[in-house]
Amino acid sequence: MPTATLSTTDLKPLARDMRVDIIRMIEAAGNGHPGGSLSIIDILTVLYWKFLKHDPKKPDWAERDRFILSKGHACPALYAVMAKRGYFPHDELLTLRKLGSPLQGHPDRMRLPGIEFSTGSLGQGLSVGVGMAIAAKMDKKNWKTYVVLGDGEMQEGQCWEAFMSAPKWKLDNLVMILDHNNGQIDGPVDQVMNIEPLADKLRAFNWDVQCIDGHDLDAVEKALANAQKAGGKPHAIVAKTIKGKGVSFMENNIAWHGNAPKKEDADKAVKEILNG
Amino acid sequence: MAKATRESFGDAILEIAQTNPNLVVLDADLSKSTMTQAFMKKYPERHLEIGIAEQNMVGVAAGLALSGKVPVLTSFACFLIGRVETIRVSAAYNQTNMKLVGTHAGIGIGEDGTSQMGLEDVAAMRALPHMTVLQPADDTETKQAVRWMIEHKGPVYIRLTRQKMADVHGPDYKWEPNKIDVLWEPAKKPAKYQATIIASGGPVPHAVEAAKSLEAKGFFVRVANASTLAPFDSAAVARFAKDSQRLVTAEDHNVNGGLGSAVCEALAESGQACPVVRVGLRDFGESATPDQLYEKYGLNAPALAEACLKNL
Repeated sequence: MPTATLSTTDLKPLARDMRVDIIRMIEAAGNGHPGGSLSIIDILTVLYWKFLKHDPKKPDWAERDRFILSKGHACPALYAVMAKRGYFPHDELLTLRKLGSPLQGHPDRMRLPGIEFSTGSLGQGLSVGVGMAIAAKMDKKNWKTYVVLGDGEMQEGQCWEAFMSAPKWKLDNLVMILDHNNGQIDGPVDQVMNIEPLADKLRAFNWDVQCIDGHDLDAVEKALANAQKAGGKPHAIVAKTIKGKGVSFMENNIAWHGNAPKKEDADKAVKEILNG
Repeated sequence: MAKATRESFGDAILEIAQTNPNLVVLDADLSKSTMTQAFMKKYPERHLEIGIAEQNMVGVAAGLALSGKVPVLTSFACFLIGRVETIRVSAAYNQTNMKLVGTHAGIGIGEDGTSQMGLEDVAAMRALPHMTVLQPADDTETKQAVRWMIEHKGPVYIRLTRQKMADVHGPDYKWEPNKIDVLWEPAKKPAKYQATIIASGGPVPHAVEAAKSLEAKGFFVRVANASTLAPFDSAAVARFAKDSQRLVTAEDHNVNGGLGSAVCEALAESGQACPVVRVGLRDFGESATPDQLYEKYGLNAPALAEACLKNL
């Protein structure tokens, strides 16, 4: 259902607590992706508390907004949000990646209600979002589709097929948020395969584009508010983020893309987050 | 009347669309060839032209399916399986209710040559969990299979021909999914058949012609039609192995991973011993008329008859 109106100051402690959840669940799993999870948690917090129409008690509510985490490896952030919003008990976060857990290493819609689309193979989420947004238009429904993509993911050709297609159907009910943390497994995105000038490319593809600081909760809120408007263009929010944000030794350090902290590092990270 | 199964599909969706408002058709610039033009003209609001971007077509279809639509996406078989990993995740793993239609199956397309021939699509699709794989052989069967496919919940791949297919069923034929059907048998039932031909798609009418010609020469050969390739009717294979001296598989597809493999797998797991002759492609195809290619690659009636008797 439409979510409670919290000010962005109220959201700060929530995002902070969920950063701790991300660290603790990946520590417990023994592997996972802290860097990209920490870079999107602020965006997801604003989205799930201020914009997304959803009902954790009724995940298949027909009028809900749809959310797809195309960069599926950042699912610890999504799981932390879902637990906090009441999709499942908080304790379950510690089952991440363990046998029988609904919290798979990458999101699995068949195992976890509330996941709209099982991702993990980069490049597919935006196309699916386009299909959902077309369906909503066909049925004259007001629900919206939000898709979070990674910047490394932009190297996949399918993303560009999807970017090309969304304006054809004037999908102003589709919001793409790019987690632009400039980190991917083999190195900085701009060195591995540069995607810039990104905003220009998206504008050339006929998208409505906003560029923001993805850790500034007010900026995220303002951008998402702007993206609610009709106007015939799909919305892109290019959010500049920091991989590993909130934990100094993880920030912009690619070693923490897909590595779990051991207890000592996890304790250090949690202490830093709580003091930060 | 002989008709390409792609044409029967085009007729069938036009009919089904009248009663199923959720049916949506997606094309990737091949609607003239995949026979969705009539649908597009009659239901433009339910037709999505995606352009030459098959991956995006698969993804968009997944989004539509997850929002209650029944998307039917068409392209040549070879271009669809070019996107097999997208299909793996967006269709099979997510269990989305999309219907993938791969036309221009096999060397039966003729002159356009190898790059346009779907020759490995069954192998790829058959390996995907939750994916139903259909290959109907004539007009009657195709229309019923398409109707079933639209009503079935879950991803389906259907493989269709460019070339016209002779009718192998009477008008009263009732098609059933997940079954290998005995299509033709000699008037007199022998204690043991010299061969049972298990055919699918393009070679099916040729297999019937081969069996008839052999009957005239005093041989007993039965023809079975595998119109569902996944899930596979292994029990039928085990039954045929009991009363046949050999099994001959006939497919316009690579024998590795296709029907030939499916029959061998079923037979091995049944614990029975029976020689299998796999007729189909073992290489890429080439340009020529469909008839010339069916002759060269051993899929016409004389070649299939020979496969039934060789070294018997």
